Order: sequence, then C-alpha cells, then structure tokens
Amino acid sequence: MEKLIIAGRVFDSRLFLGTGKFNSNKNMEETILASGTEMVTVAMKRIELDNKEDDMMKHIVHPHIQLLPNTSGVRTAEEAIFAAQMAREAFGTNWLKLEIHPDPRYLLPDSTETLKATEELVKMGFVVLPYCQADPTLCKRLEEAGAATVMPLAAPIGTNKGLQTRDFLRIIIEQSNVPVVVDAGIGAPSHAAEAMEMGAAACLVNTAIAVAGNPVEMAIAFKEAVIAGRRAYEAGLGLKSESLIASASSPLTAFLND
Amino acid sequence: MKISVNNKETELLDGNTIAQLAIQLELPAQGVAVAVNNKMIPRKEWETYAIQKGDNLTIIKAACGG
Repeated sequence: MEKLIIAGRVFDSRLFLGTGKFNSNKNMEETILASGTEMVTVAMKRIELDNKEDDMMKHIVHPHIQLLPNTSGVRTAEEAIFAAQMAREAFGTNWLKLEIHPDPRYLLPDSTETLKATEELVKMGFVVLPYCQADPTLCKRLEEAGAATVMPLAAPIGTNKGLQTRDFLRIIIEQSNVPVVVDAGIGAPSHAAEAMEMGAAACLVNTAIAVAGNPVEMAIAFKEAVIAGRRAYEAGLGLKSESLIASASSPLTAFLND
Repeated sequence: MKISVNNKETELLDGNTIAQLAIQLELPAQGVAVAVNNKMIPRKEWETYAIQKGDNLTIIKAACGG
C-alpha cells in the first residue's frame, strides 16, 4: 500500500484515533497500541488547582505516535490561535487539529472562522489539519490557505451515523491535492472501509471505538477495515452496474445440458 | 500578591515570577502551558516574567479528546 505523507511525515497507518470517552487510561493505551495508529488526538483543559492527578499523557506518548492537539472548545479564529499557541507550548508539537464549533448542540464547524484561523496558523508555522464541513469549495480554500490535510465530517461528532455526506466527500476527494481525512461520525468499520474505498487518505475515529463493548477488538476491526478499504481503492474497484440485470461470472454453457 | 489562576483567586506566596508560581502550584515539568491575560508565555520566559497584582493566568494541560 502507498504510504500516507502529511507535511513530510510518513505514516504506515491510515487510522487516526481520538482519545475521548474511554473507560480508563489503561484501556485507552491498549486500544491505541492495538489499533496500530500513528496519529492520536489530544485535547486541553484548565488545570484544577485542587486536583492535579491525571497522568493520561504517559498512556499516549509513544515514539511512533504523532500527537495531534485539538482546539476543541474554541468558538472563534482568535480563540483558536490562542489555543494553538498553548498547545504548541504544552505538547511540543506544531501539529494541530483545528476545530472551531461554536454550536454545542450539533458541534458543526464554523467554516468562516476555520478558514480565517487556518490562514493565520499556517503563517505562524503550524501544521494545520482542519476539521471542516464536507464542503468541496471550502476544502479547496483550506488547501489554498496551506492546510496540511482537510478533515471533512461524515456526520456530526459522536453520532456513529456513517457517511451521511458521501456525495460531497467524493467531490472533495476528487478535487483535493492534500490528503482527505474523513473525521467525525464514522460509527462502524464498514463506514471506514467505504470512505477508504472512495479514496480517502485516512479516517479519524474516536467514539465508535471508545464506546464499543470491547474497544481493543473494535480498534483492530477498524484497523483491518481501513487497510481493506485502502487496498481496494488502490486495486481499483470494478464498475457498478446501473441495472439489476445480472452479468455472469461463470460460464453458462457447456456443462450440464444436452 | 493576589492573582487569578483559572478564574480562582490565588495568593502568590513567594516572589513574582511564573517560575515561582509553578513551584507553588507544583506544576509538572512538561505538558502544561501558561498564559497571562490571554497571552501565552513560553516556559523559557517563566524565570523572568514578572506577574502583576490582579493578573489573570490561564494554566492548561492535556486532556482526553477526539
């Protein structure tokens, strides 16, 4: 399979993992390692002065893993830029999952602010991976602004509804010159496989794995689905017939009759 | 000196630098970032950056998230 390259870094795995919603840090770490992922998102929160015990980072930091801090919680480009600076300082990386979603109900990204922030953050030297609407025009604009990838949503965050934006994802993938990472809403390995078969460069999955009955097994299932989907894409899928009329794949003559 | 840390009134007991506050709050050596009045202050400036009375500090660390 082709390697995935983002901002000069080579990735063997095309499955990116979010770290929210796991039962325990131990389970999260086992899942990360089982998934084979090399890109893991992490959020930020204010330190609680009375309770500084939380060592989740030691369960995430491994030599083969690129940390991808996110800007979750910001509502504007200005707040995102501040969050990005804090993330770069705290995590020692200039990679950034830019996410600006002012609406807490649907968590849909604000396209105007996302584009504005991408333009600024790229100038400031960040490797920007923006979470965005599955809007082909916006994705081109983000690419032109210097985004390292585009990360259009399949469905609202955490819904597990699959590729609701399928047709727009197809257009984005067709037009994009940067890797297209399908982010948010992927709820089952079959969804990830379909995205990869369409030519997505990678999938970012969190909820579907973290809340599974067995997150480690589900991570393996996603890993295999992403590989299968990518392999199928590279192999070239057969054309889909528009009609229901069958086309035999075995010879229909010269066996039983006459 | 009274300052605000993550919206909580805090008394800076000794000195006036971020480095001294970090000792007082037992901040870890890695994985945190500090802003004063919404401006991020790099760790290499913590020894010299003088906090003023009433300053509003934000201190963040890693959290799980997607």
